[in-house]
Amino acid sequence: MREFFVKKSILPGFSLSLGFTIFYLSLFVLIPLSMIFLKTSTLTFQQFIQVITAERTLAAYRLSFGTAFVSAGINAVFGLIVAWVLVRYTFPGKRIVDAMVDFPLALPTAVAGIALTELYVPTGWLGQYLQMAGIKGAFSPVGITIALTFIGLPFVVRTVQPVLEDLDPQIEEAAASLGANRWQTVTMVILPVIFPALLTGVTLAFARAIGEYGSVIFIAGNMPMKTEIAPLLIMTKLEQYDYPGATAIAVGMLLISFVLLAAANFFQWLTSKNLGKV
Amino acid sequence: MSQLNARTEPRFVRYFLITIALAFFALFLVLPLVCVFHNALSKGWVVYFDALKHPDAIAAMRMTLMTALVVVPMNLVFGVAAAWAISKFDFRGKGLLLSLIDLPLSVSPVIAGLIFILLFGAQGFLGPWLIAHNIRIVFAWPAIVLATLFVTVPMVARELIPIMKSQGTEEEEAALTLGASAWKTFWLVSVPNLRWGILYGVILCNARAMGEFGAVSVVSGHIRGLTNTMPLHVEILYNEYQSAAAFAVASLLAMLAIVTLIAKSIVEAHIRQGQK
Repeated sequence: MREFFVKKSILPGFSLSLGFTIFYLSLFVLIPLSMIFLKTSTLTFQQFIQVITAERTLAAYRLSFGTAFVSAGINAVFGLIVAWVLVRYTFPGKRIVDAMVDFPLALPTAVAGIALTELYVPTGWLGQYLQMAGIKGAFSPVGITIALTFIGLPFVVRTVQPVLEDLDPQIEEAAASLGANRWQTVTMVILPVIFPALLTGVTLAFARAIGEYGSVIFIAGNMPMKTEIAPLLIMTKLEQYDYPGATAIAVGMLLISFVLLAAANFFQWLTSKNLGKV
Repeated sequence: MSQLNARTEPRFVRYFLITIALAFFALFLVLPLVCVFHNALSKGWVVYFDALKHPDAIAAMRMTLMTALVVVPMNLVFGVAAAWAISKFDFRGKGLLLSLIDLPLSVSPVIAGLIFILLFGAQGFLGPWLIAHNIRIVFAWPAIVLATLFVTVPMVARELIPIMKSQGTEEEEAALTLGASAWKTFWLVSVPNLRWGILYGVILCNARAMGEFGAVSVVSGHIRGLTNTMPLHVEILYNEYQSAAAFAVASLLAMLAIVTLIAKSIVEAHIRQGQK
């Protein structure tokens, strides 16, 4: 029975370490998380549908997904350029730029939130220029998108960067010696190989952006139906002691995150297949 | 076409791409950081230090430290155990276990807070029992710890698993064959090999634990001087239009982020060296 489950090894501690891991995960992650589904099951299916298709909920979902999508798109372009520049070129300050890419992950989200808000209010350093261009920065979907772009950048750069580093130089040399010009080599040889990694990174950034709270609520303005993101709506329902309502919205978000996670895993698998690691 | 430029672009393309990357970098990463310190000092050093010395700020710092002091060691033990099981053994369901460990990363922080309200809140699953026994979890320190713990569970494990995997099992096997006991092998062979990875995971876990906002915001109750952490204190000050004070406290958290990044690049350099 044991041999069926685990390959034989002379190393000790398998049962202890695996047992502890599963116990810890169950106690602090899985059991608490299952409360969401337990609580939702107290709603009838109709009530559940009613909550998640209410006008205000739909508006919040639409805003969260829309801004997350746009910011993921922005990061796809600029994250790829940043990763490319960091792997392929040398320039002064490169190591600092490389280290700073993780800044959005290290900086507490509330700090990012108030800093971005100060920058993009109409009197702010950057907000005044947006104002001149007739764009409302803070307290609008534009501001939300900016915050989500900040949060998502490391996910794209850090998934694309190692794949670019691992790329076999020979395939580019082969393409060049077969007469491809540089543009053809980049778009027809390199991009297809790193594309799944780019998709993984963008999906991770998108998933993070949907659930993001701290960096967004300051810059969003939080007007119901207009600039109220889905996580904030959960918060609002909680403050009104509408636990079933909050939970129903959370279930909707969770299910979508799981689908996205599965997609990211699939793209990851494609990447390693492309690199010949499977 | 010469061999040399088979793998690079014309100079103007290079400069163009570097300029775009640096502009994006300055706009999205550097400016927010400068903005924090600029605003923190906008009313001078006296206001800055007064904001940091305020009793509520001190209480918030204590709360944040106390939480990290419990959460980080717990997740360290979990991370080592999980990495040991996953990277030293081949067993069925490993992929599933890996996904479960990463699960908290894809859950919105607000939902991470919500689940503990559903579990321990007055209307929650265990709420009536807790009230009957006069145990406070929600809107108090225990819930802050639980929510932070949930959010940071994967932080150490994620860093240790790839490092342990790349080290293989040969050194431990040699020690065991030569007659060392299991614990001796673990403490004298595995742990020293892992020291940089452990440090790395602890740094990242600590940064996330001290900075967590959404999950903690749901469960803390925002009781000033009692259940506020530093990020929550920043929020309150900012919403009360005490911008300079808010940014003063925020600047401490920004410094924590910078120290984290510096430590991270030092440790990464060591890990890379170790692998060569």
